[in-house]
Amino acid sequence: MRPASLRTVYPGPGGFDPQEIKREFPIFASNPGLVFLDSGASAQKPRSVIDRISNYYSTDYANVHRGVYRLSARSTELFEEAREKMRAFLNAADSREIVFVRGATEGINLVAQSWGATFLKPGHEVLISELEHHSNIVPWQILRDRIGIRLVVAPIDVTAGLDLAAFEALLSPRTRLVAMTHLANATGALVPIETITRLAHRHGAKVLIDGCQAAPRLSVDVQALDCDFYVFSGHKTYGPTGIGVLYGRYELLSEMPPWQGGGEMILNVTFEKSEFQDPPHRFEAGTPDISGAIGLGTAVDFIEELGRDNILEHEEALTGYGVDRLSRIPDLRMVEAGQRRLGILSFDLEGVHPHDLAQVLDQHQVAVRAGHHCAQPLVEKLGLAATTRASLGVYNDESDIDRLAEALGAAREMFLR
Amino acid sequence: MMDLRELYQDIILDHGRHPRNFRAIEHPTNFAQGHNPLCGDRVTVYLTLDGDRIADVSFQGRGCAISTAAASLMTEVLKGKTVAEARALFAQFHARATGGEPGPDLPEPLAEEMERLEPLTGVKAYPARVKCATLSWHALEAALKSPGATVKTE
Repeated sequence: MRPASLRTVYPGPGGFDPQEIKREFPIFASNPGLVFLDSGASAQKPRSVIDRISNYYSTDYANVHRGVYRLSARSTELFEEAREKMRAFLNAADSREIVFVRGATEGINLVAQSWGATFLKPGHEVLISELEHHSNIVPWQILRDRIGIRLVVAPIDVTAGLDLAAFEALLSPRTRLVAMTHLANATGALVPIETITRLAHRHGAKVLIDGCQAAPRLSVDVQALDCDFYVFSGHKTYGPTGIGVLYGRYELLSEMPPWQGGGEMILNVTFEKSEFQDPPHRFEAGTPDISGAIGLGTAVDFIEELGRDNILEHEEALTGYGVDRLSRIPDLRMVEAGQRRLGILSFDLEGVHPHDLAQVLDQHQVAVRAGHHCAQPLVEKLGLAATTRASLGVYNDESDIDRLAEALGAAREMFLR
Repeated sequence: MMDLRELYQDIILDHGRHPRNFRAIEHPTNFAQGHNPLCGDRVTVYLTLDGDRIADVSFQGRGCAISTAAASLMTEVLKGKTVAEARALFAQFHARATGGEPGPDLPEPLAEEMERLEPLTGVKAYPARVKCATLSWHALEAALKSPGATVKTE
């Protein structure tokens, strides 16, 4: 039954062994038999991250950037050390280019409300794509309605990848920002963002990349990409919820006004006026999610230890196995994902609604996502109301895909008898 | 865990595959759309009211097996009922589907209709699916209140 020739032999490169990795994630010990295929929504957490957060609160906790006492200094050091880890993770030139935010959504809203509201004028255009999820659509709509910019949407082509020619044709002197996903969350389509960035810059537009799905799967080098902003969420990157990263080119950040006011972000406050800190602290009003940042630092350590090239190789092999395995199921259609699909398997089982399907899969302890994946315009464009999505993580292997395929068989039996 | 066949009983699978009264009424006296933003399901419920009585009721839309079967069974039990009877059935059904207090027993003919809806109340073990079973009823309620309306289950 198994297409034996397709099986990758584990451990893979660099000793990469999903079975062994799975043991690092306590959720699998607490839920024996769980097949977790929803890392695209949020990844599970390795023990090292969970322990780090707990240890931090037990041994090093105090507020940052204010106390003169040693504990506060130590906490500040750990927090700023986490920032340095994010710098290295994205290969940013300077750790002052790393702003801690609640997640990618907040990072995009920050850019929209600070950079966008300051530098965009009526008639200017923000160019997004049909592949975006709601977090990279709605902040721009809010800004549009507030200051009168235009929101332009680059279409997908027949393979459901970004239509590069159409994208290029939409670039004009009015285009001031291109905001685009690195990897489409609903379909797994990888976007050639190097090309996007080069074309956008040629037209004088700044570029924001939404790296939610890419950061856990690919090496990201913001200097090589040459993008102006890059955002990702901690919780999709094996880190805690409530923390994420906005990378911004320093000269851009330093021209941007604060978007939220409070402690941490000021130099001097009188009732008449306040002077603001330099980036990144200018954008981190209030006590930050210190344990979140430190926990994310440990998650990044975990990823680097596995090796990002190894992770990419693993996800590519497993994606290929998944497409092949699922495509053999009668009545199942993979949702198109352009030229290159990575880490996400979105599909439609004809005659079975994704909600019913996900319910049956859950009965088989297979956790997938059913719905529009917060990318409603894309899913509707593809002619569907909803899809079923299996998304991969470092702990998944072929046996998880096999279990998914078996459960899909059971669902077919139930609904298509 | 509950056996999934309790949720997907044969009658639900049957009505999910072959929904009854799955059509538009060309000149309805009342109609309303229901929308579940969570899953994108949409249903339109059409009514022809003859005074206080439901002379005809139908639906169209797209949805999961539960929501399709719920709408289909709803149209079957409602035909010929008065508006007050329809509301009494909804109240009872809603309570049973959400695991709430069912309230006073329904009079005999309505109690029989309630029996027919009973298989759908399996959703109470699956909180995420309650909206699927009640979407068409919420649309019905909206149609009765104002002749053309949209409701969301959120």
